Amino acid sequence: MALADARAICPDLATRAADLAREAAALASLRRWAGRYAPMVGNDGTDGLMADISGVPHLFGGEADLRDDLQARLDRAGLASVSAIAGTRGAAHALARHGGGIVPDGRLVDGIGHLPVTALRVDHDTAEGLSRMGLMRIADLIPLPRAPLVRRFGSGLMLRLDQALGAQSEPVGGEPDAPHFGVRMTLPEPIGKQDDVMAGLARLLDRLCAKLAATHMGARRVRLELRRVDRGTVTVEIGLARPMRDPLRIAALFAKGVDEVDSGYGIDALRLSAPLTEAMAPEQIGGQHGGGATIRHEDALADLLSSLGNRIGFDRVQRLLPADSLIPERSFVLAPAAYAPPETAPSHAGPSRPITLFPPEPVTAATGTPPASFLWRRMRFTTLRATGPERITPEWWFDDPAWRSGLRDYWRIETQQGPRLWLFTTPQTRDWYMQGEFA
Amino acid sequence: MRFDPAPADPLTLLRQRVHEAEGRGRRAFALFQAARHPGPLVWIIPSHAPELPMLRGLPQGVGERLHILRPVGETDLLWCVEEALRAAPVGLVIAEPSSPMSLTVGRRFQLAAEAGRTTGLMLIRQDAGSNATETRWLCEPRPATAADSTLHHWSLTKNKKGTINDWIVDWNGATAAVHMVSQARQRLEPAAAPR
Repeated sequence: MALADARAICPDLATRAADLAREAAALASLRRWAGRYAPMVGNDGTDGLMADISGVPHLFGGEADLRDDLQARLDRAGLASVSAIAGTRGAAHALARHGGGIVPDGRLVDGIGHLPVTALRVDHDTAEGLSRMGLMRIADLIPLPRAPLVRRFGSGLMLRLDQALGAQSEPVGGEPDAPHFGVRMTLPEPIGKQDDVMAGLARLLDRLCAKLAATHMGARRVRLELRRVDRGTVTVEIGLARPMRDPLRIAALFAKGVDEVDSGYGIDALRLSAPLTEAMAPEQIGGQHGGGATIRHEDALADLLSSLGNRIGFDRVQRLLPADSLIPERSFVLAPAAYAPPETAPSHAGPSRPITLFPPEPVTAATGTPPASFLWRRMRFTTLRATGPERITPEWWFDDPAWRSGLRDYWRIETQQGPRLWLFTTPQTRDWYMQGEFA
Repeated sequence: MRFDPAPADPLTLLRQRVHEAEGRGRRAFALFQAARHPGPLVWIIPSHAPELPMLRGLPQGVGERLHILRPVGETDLLWCVEEALRAAPVGLVIAEPSSPMSLTVGRRFQLAAEAGRTTGLMLIRQDAGSNATETRWLCEPRPATAADSTLHHWSLTKNKKGTINDWIVDWNGATAAVHMVSQARQRLEPAAAPR
């Protein structure tokens, strides 16, 4: 039913937009739970699960009891569901979408013969063509000669029919679980020495990094949880300047954090996890063109940035990136070096720019335009040479408080005293400000 | 331990040592040295300092190699300097300590620079240096007579492995090349006691 029709019947209808990603996540968690009924559970479309329960039902007391158990648990969880048990995957799919139930062994034709042909997982055109020919139910298809049907509807219809009736096998494949990057270790005796903790950490790191390597991932954050004998938990967490899975280099970053841990009466369990991971493809090391030296060089720089970031904060280890703006303050960005690769600044033509930039500082006792002499930071300067003005207008699409005073005329002023300074004036107020110093 | 012989070019900093620059033109001197050092550059600025390097005004090839650290507090700043000096891949470490450096701090930096084979340059306030420094430069911008020249007066006021001297150079702030305005000369005045 279309939404407009539904609204016409029930004007107060409450609607929600479909959230496919969260629905898929919910189905995935339900699939994990359904593992209690079968070793192989796979997704069946976007709204169903398919489990291969061969050899399982007697553990629950029979197929009927198993289905009752499943339904009761899903009902208790508040999930409205329909389930079916049949000898083939196609039959179970058909029955589950048309009322559910159990098809006893060897009676597939009786069990699903009364269902409409749409239950056979055929596309819409085929189903419509069949109904136009008067073939409404699956039972109607079974006695018909196969060759004319194939010629008219393609081999897909016969394949689906054979799969539903067991003439064609169709296995259930379990879905691979998302990799989990966590390892733990419990100890028979509590430990308290720093060396012991680092030795345990080294063993856990070997296992974690092997897991990361198997899935071509690299850790961006690594968390070590130490459980003490008194059930207290101490957490040491480090960040990495780039995805990494080298146990020795990660262990070196933990040294400071582990040093500060209060072990209390002793630590009897360690848990190491990588809460944040990024894809990291295998790299070729060595090589005849000195690739190994370059990689070692980059590794050493990444190690330095990691250790600096873990002490002073990763947002304080920065890099200058070019930005597309004529406003001096916005012509570059200070970005965290761990998350921004270096960019080559585009070659720039035009008026020169100072080497240092600071927030505008007022200049007093300025006489004339450009000023012949002025006071700045309690020092008197006399102008030797002035270059300008360079007029910069504010970007009206940003509301920048510093630029509310309107457009600015920038002057490069060489002083008798030596310094080469970057001054600007706002033509509206005729005030002078200092914003930078040239080389 | 062997050190490199004193460099032939008088404006080259001795490698694996820590140097100091003071005066108004110290940042220009630091950028001049940055352009002459290959490899990654680290510039350590206290987080409260308002002056920042402006990307479009930097010499060619410096901007993309530059890493800026902005630690809070003097202890973290000194720690960052030592850590960066101790790291092998860094080409030049530039730092702006905000308080006078003690002899211990200076010695530690020299040892770290030797261990990491890295050169360091401290941009210090007036008379806030350490006696352990290899060289100390007093850098002042000079007014130029011609319209197109940017003169710098760089004088070497302390040198552990050589003589002191001063140069007036014309450096336009864009490349690693520099034009000596006046040749180095024989000193006529009596030598001042080394500081």
